[in-house]
Amino acid sequence: MSGTPGPERYREHMPDQAYLDSATAAPLHPAAREALLAALSDGWSDPARLYTQARRARQLLDAARAAVAECLGVRVPEVTFTANGTDAVRRAVLGGLAGRRRTGRVFAHSAIEHSAVLHAAEEHVSAGGEAVSVPVDRLGRIDPDAWRAAVSADGVALAALIAASHEVGTAQPLSAAAEACAAAGVPLMVDASVLVGRLPVAPGWSLLTASARKWGGPGGVGVLVVRTGVRFDPPGSAAWSQPERAAGYGPGAPDLPAIVAAAVALRAAQAEAAGEAKRQRELVDRIRTRVAATVPDVEIVGDPDDRAPHIVTFSCLYVDGESLLYALDRRGFAVSSGSSCTSSTLRPSHVLEAMGALSHGNVRVSLHRDTTDEQVERFLIELPGIVAELRAEAGVVGL
Amino acid sequence: MIELDCLGQRCPLPVIALARRVPEVAVGDVVRVLADDPAAALDIPAWCRMRGQEFVGSPAENTYDVRRIA
Repeated sequence: MSGTPGPERYREHMPDQAYLDSATAAPLHPAAREALLAALSDGWSDPARLYTQARRARQLLDAARAAVAECLGVRVPEVTFTANGTDAVRRAVLGGLAGRRRTGRVFAHSAIEHSAVLHAAEEHVSAGGEAVSVPVDRLGRIDPDAWRAAVSADGVALAALIAASHEVGTAQPLSAAAEACAAAGVPLMVDASVLVGRLPVAPGWSLLTASARKWGGPGGVGVLVVRTGVRFDPPGSAAWSQPERAAGYGPGAPDLPAIVAAAVALRAAQAEAAGEAKRQRELVDRIRTRVAATVPDVEIVGDPDDRAPHIVTFSCLYVDGESLLYALDRRGFAVSSGSSCTSSTLRPSHVLEAMGALSHGNVRVSLHRDTTDEQVERFLIELPGIVAELRAEAGVVGL
Repeated sequence: MIELDCLGQRCPLPVIALARRVPEVAVGDVVRVLADDPAAALDIPAWCRMRGQEFVGSPAENTYDVRRIA
């Protein structure tokens, strides 16, 4: 290959890939990679058994659980490791609802919850329950008065509010929402996947969920926190043995190396969080300002200030979201999109829909610790030309 | 009333068709877009907001009325 002229040679000089989709999954934190490899040798045994290797595995599990509890500011027995974030959410929603089935059967949630929450709501409704969706404003934030009215209605068993929107970044008024829930005597479930490892989550919730791959841990590890005293009757209880519950995993064997790595990643992410949140917030500010200034007919979505530090979303008029995503990928930028053509259901994102935002030509950029200033600059330099090219191809220039 | 049949077209095509037609009608006239891509329900009102035109409403399923005011 060395010295070969022509296209083959050229391909070796493709631009560096800029991975800008941490809101789906952040790259594995280097500390987590090390911990994962160590735990694959040292922590593969079943923590429920009684021999030496199992006791070692159990020690690693206990240490990981204690580390996660400390990072989240909760008690160790309140933490359970789940199969992934979706599993944590489903168990939190259905378990929280079933725990209070005698009080009522209504599940109140924001219109912009993660689809895992909405799918759990559908499951609840198809089992005879009821779900109430609280609308959001143009910035993607719930109206506190509408929230208060929804959670204090008769028969509400559980309320759910995402800590900050995973699609547009807008932070939710968690403290006010928690106060309204407390006044109504309704437990609050907070899906904090967007914030854990990045920013502290306001207190006042009863159940919390998170996903390790969002903070730089491996995929396949979710975290479910159930505060002491909260009535909780999760689905699949029959298969969930008491020793597994007590140890904070299951039903079934845990992926212990991944759990160990997830805990190490969370510790590392939190240690860097203050500096990283500030740095990423400034990069997002730059993206918001420059995209608005350099790309004509673009709608920047979500709250410009009160938001998750690492997420920015915008929609480009007359541009097909799928074409934009592929064009960006060819230039070395990995992003995601809420446009209908990029979803399996061919529906626009329910979050953009709830906000009344333009949904086609939509791009979500989400940053992480490895995102460099240079990558963001290169994105900002190349984006206007990419959008202009797609508009020229579609013959929509000047419309 | 001018009617644009965009049934079967995926977004952003219905919005592009609307953007092409609106400048050709008189101020005050209504253009009706027939579109069954679910994104049209979102993107036609959003286009009106971005272009300063009036979204009159959706009188029936897959039907969107836009009045030229600018």
